[in-house]
Amino acid sequence: MFLSMNWISDFVDLDGLDKVELIQKFSLSTAEVENEIFYKGSNLSGVVVAEIKSVLDHPESKKLHLLKVDIGEDDLVDVVCGAPNVKVGLKTAFAKVGAKIGDITISSRKLAGYDSNGMCCSEAEIGISDDNSGIMEITDDVKNGTDLKDIYEIDDIVFEVDNKSLTNRPDLWGHYGIAREFASLAGRPLKALDTDNLKEYDGLKKIDMKIEDPLCYRYSCLQVENITRNVSPVNMRIRLYYCGMRAINFLADLTNYLMLEMGQPMHAFDSRKVGKIRIKRFKKPFTFKTLDGVERNIDENTLMICNDNTPVAIAGIMGGLDSEIVDDTTTLTLESATFDAASIRKSTVRLAHRTDASMRYEKSLDPEMTDVAIARFVKLLKEYDGGIKVVSSLTDEYAYKYDDVTLSFDKAFVDKYTGIEISDDEIIKTLTSLGFKAKLDGTQFTVDVPSWRATKDVTIKADIIEEITRIYGYDNFEVNTTRSPLYPVRMDSVKSDEEKIKDILVKKYNLHELHSYVWAYNDEQKALGIPVEENIKLANATNPNIETIRRSIIPTQLCQVKSNIGYAQSFGIFEIGRVVEGVDENNLCIEKKKLAVTLYSKNENIKTLYFKLRDILASVTDDIKHKTLTFNTAKAEHSYEHPVNLNEIILDGGVIGKIGIVHPVVSKKIDKKGNVVFAEIDIEKFAKSENAGISYSEPSKFPPMTYDLSLELKSGTFFSKLSKCWENLGEDILKDTKIVDTYDTDTIHSITIRFEFSSNERTLSSDEVQNIMDKVIENLKNIGVNLRT
Amino acid sequence: MDDKIISLKQNLETELSKIQNLIDLDKIRVSYLGKKGSVTGLLKGMKDLSNEEKKEFGKKVNELKGSVAQAIEAKTKELKEKEIQAEIDAMPQFDITTPSDLTRGSYHPITLVQRQCETIFKSMGFTVEDYSEVVTDYECFESLNIPKHHPARDMQDTYYLENGQLLKSQTSAAQNAIIKKYGKRLIENGTPIKAIFPGRCFRNEATDATHENTFFQMEGVMVDKDISISNLIYFMKTMLSEVFRKDIKVRLRPGFFPFVEPGFELDINCLICGGSGCPSCNRSGWLELCPCGMIHPEVLKEGGVDPEKYTGFAFGLGLTRLVMMKYGVKDIRDLNSGNLKALSQFTDDE
Repeated sequence: MFLSMNWISDFVDLDGLDKVELIQKFSLSTAEVENEIFYKGSNLSGVVVAEIKSVLDHPESKKLHLLKVDIGEDDLVDVVCGAPNVKVGLKTAFAKVGAKIGDITISSRKLAGYDSNGMCCSEAEIGISDDNSGIMEITDDVKNGTDLKDIYEIDDIVFEVDNKSLTNRPDLWGHYGIAREFASLAGRPLKALDTDNLKEYDGLKKIDMKIEDPLCYRYSCLQVENITRNVSPVNMRIRLYYCGMRAINFLADLTNYLMLEMGQPMHAFDSRKVGKIRIKRFKKPFTFKTLDGVERNIDENTLMICNDNTPVAIAGIMGGLDSEIVDDTTTLTLESATFDAASIRKSTVRLAHRTDASMRYEKSLDPEMTDVAIARFVKLLKEYDGGIKVVSSLTDEYAYKYDDVTLSFDKAFVDKYTGIEISDDEIIKTLTSLGFKAKLDGTQFTVDVPSWRATKDVTIKADIIEEITRIYGYDNFEVNTTRSPLYPVRMDSVKSDEEKIKDILVKKYNLHELHSYVWAYNDEQKALGIPVEENIKLANATNPNIETIRRSIIPTQLCQVKSNIGYAQSFGIFEIGRVVEGVDENNLCIEKKKLAVTLYSKNENIKTLYFKLRDILASVTDDIKHKTLTFNTAKAEHSYEHPVNLNEIILDGGVIGKIGIVHPVVSKKIDKKGNVVFAEIDIEKFAKSENAGISYSEPSKFPPMTYDLSLELKSGTFFSKLSKCWENLGEDILKDTKIVDTYDTDTIHSITIRFEFSSNERTLSSDEVQNIMDKVIENLKNIGVNLRT
Repeated sequence: MDDKIISLKQNLETELSKIQNLIDLDKIRVSYLGKKGSVTGLLKGMKDLSNEEKKEFGKKVNELKGSVAQAIEAKTKELKEKEIQAEIDAMPQFDITTPSDLTRGSYHPITLVQRQCETIFKSMGFTVEDYSEVVTDYECFESLNIPKHHPARDMQDTYYLENGQLLKSQTSAAQNAIIKKYGKRLIENGTPIKAIFPGRCFRNEATDATHENTFFQMEGVMVDKDISISNLIYFMKTMLSEVFRKDIKVRLRPGFFPFVEPGFELDINCLICGGSGCPSCNRSGWLELCPCGMIHPEVLKEGGVDPEKYTGFAFGLGLTRLVMMKYGVKDIRDLNSGNLKALSQFTDDE
């Protein structure tokens, strides 16, 4: 919202104060002011009132005219002008020789063969409107040669307030409310609004008006006749223009002017079309043409202003085309009302039509304002169009009145909340300047909240703290630490495991941590032949590529690998991120936190790469939990999973994730020559596993004995199966086993296992070792594993 | 016999002068001083001498023995030095200025800055919380004093899911849970609620160099008796100065967030221009970094804490924004791009 310092100065005398400094203060104490401040009129000088005394057509040009104008000097001035609206007697804006308009300095020159000593200007050229259709037409009775800036408010300082920072302040949607803040910040009094006395019309007839719906809080209206003025006064038009509104006609401009001044939207109906005002909703949907000519769908929740049963306006949003003021309108009905803010908001969203009026209504406007706005409107109407006549009494139904808000609090409350000392006097002074009625009795404050702050904004004691502190100035605060007691802090197990995992992966294995989005990468996945799996979707995604929430991070990582293959011959990436595994029985998302790791290599063979990933996970588990991972063959369920080399990762007997080689179809799309392996672990399950801790075993003082066994294995015989043959024996002198050699040919797969025996109590005999080994060999035979011959 | 001693001495000198290595030297040592060595041999020829002569000759042989040993030892030392010198001479001077070929992993920059912030707050007794990304309307709005159709919902374009849940648009979505989690300890034992919660947030908006639909915030909450605005400013200033490792100028402006009262926007002096105004700070000299405020009494109440007895502050630090400022990342989209050329640079920053 744009604000004019001239307009604000109507209500508070800011003479002698640095206005820009005040604007900055306002930004720190009230609402955010956009950075750029506009110094209107600062690039304009030397433009005066001139009267056209003669007009001759240029002999060779259809457009150009040769004028003589009176600029209040002894001689008339010759000027060539191309505007279509030139005529003798017209007063216009004239830039004299030497005048400055923006970057241009006006000089005498020949134009199409004739002397031209200056320039007649359009309103757009002097920056007071966007009208460039012809030269300015000055209708006010002003002396020729008068500097335009002496009669019109061309010089102004305009600033923009971020609308978002006004969301909670219905009182700041007009200049008067803003002026109140400036008055408080400047320590100067706020002037009362100059209004017409509506009581004078009490004897006149009432308008037939009735609120038939609780969504309308207050409806005030008045009938006026005999409006003759069509074009608004220049200063009014300048203010509207500087504040971002186009001038339309006097009546429309005046309603807009009132809205920008008081924050109260108003509407004028042709009284012929609106004789019996009813405010209500309709039971069935219908279409309605608003005054911008658009046909809109109205549903049963939208509040309408009606002439009996005919809708004439969408309440709080926009008037209808059929009831608009037209050229032959003689009597008009002026509306000033308040409605339920949430209802206006919802209707705005449904209609997808936000107007200056609805924007204000959404903020919960003060219903006390409706009649004041009419009184102000009539005052201005009379000022600019003397012949108008009020033909009805103020017709006003006040259906819903907000509760008065009175807040009481102790000085100790202010001290506790602020942490600094603000004096009683300062508190009272600040609150009073903002329109609160504040009393102090002992240490107890009682504060009546003014109606314009009481619709929702100020309702509790803490709100008063804000009023006091923001005017006090946060820059002036003394800053102190707390005096709270201290207690030890324990880290959440998931968080602490997460951090350790990151360190191991980065520092020990040189992997790269990446982040990605929580939705499946539709297009990128398709390119890799990984269809996006059915899952919960965003309800309001604007982009089909980010529609479905992912079930796993792996497809995302495969896309990331693809986009990074130029980075290095080999690399590994990981992410600790979120996925959603569908919804539960209560229709709530089953969200999981996962660690996903993907390794890519052009130069390592697939088995080495796969085992490297396994060792990374084993190392993470051993470091953090001092436990060993085991693996079970898993069945591929997703397009990217290898049908043979895919395993469940098992910790404490439970599945915590999956590790696998990427399916060749997908792998080839990522890189024909590269190998890709992946793993994904449920971090929460991992974190739940207790840390087994380091179990120290004293090294034996007796010599160990080793025993090597070479076995011939059939394909499909897993080591995990072999190891049961000795683990199940429960022999505690068997301390360790290691694979010391493997030997593979096309037909034979053989490994040599070294068994290490030792005891802390005695030297072992070869007999007892042989005894155990015999049992191991026997067990191996039982599962069909023979010694290599 | 004396002649023998003299000639033996001369022979030794000659032989030693020819010796080039320790192995040959040892052979010489054996040939003179060994059991069958020439010096030892001299003693064997003593049996024909008189007792008097024996005594004198014995003394001379012992002297000879000593001088031979000394000469060999000197030669040994000389040869050892030569050997080391040869080894030194054999080694070329390596060019240590050749570039290192480091393979290093990397953290996501968010992790780095998040850890820095966590460290600061942990040192001040804050717990670090974890929270989901999909939340309910209650968590993200209702519990934060933002009822349905509250205009404040306008300020955030939220991603809704088909089931009515949503992707949290602010880390404040965890506030209610945090207050509930620690509220009992506060009331029963007087342990203040001090928690931070770094997390990912989502806004349904178009992305460009300065806008992302997925970004990180860090929520901070502190509740106790007598927590004040003055305390809030202290914590914000301290944290930011620690993160940037220099004194940071901050300013507070009123900001409207329904879950705080009063609410503030915290700006810091632009780090790029130092406050004189540049394109990064939109020529204002200030950067908006962190909405914060005193926790709204309704929010405390909803979390089961009596606002008449306790007060608290909360803040929502823009971690992503902080990362961009700290490392000079100009395009916010780089952070979620997965581009290793960009992201592998963040090896560590402790």
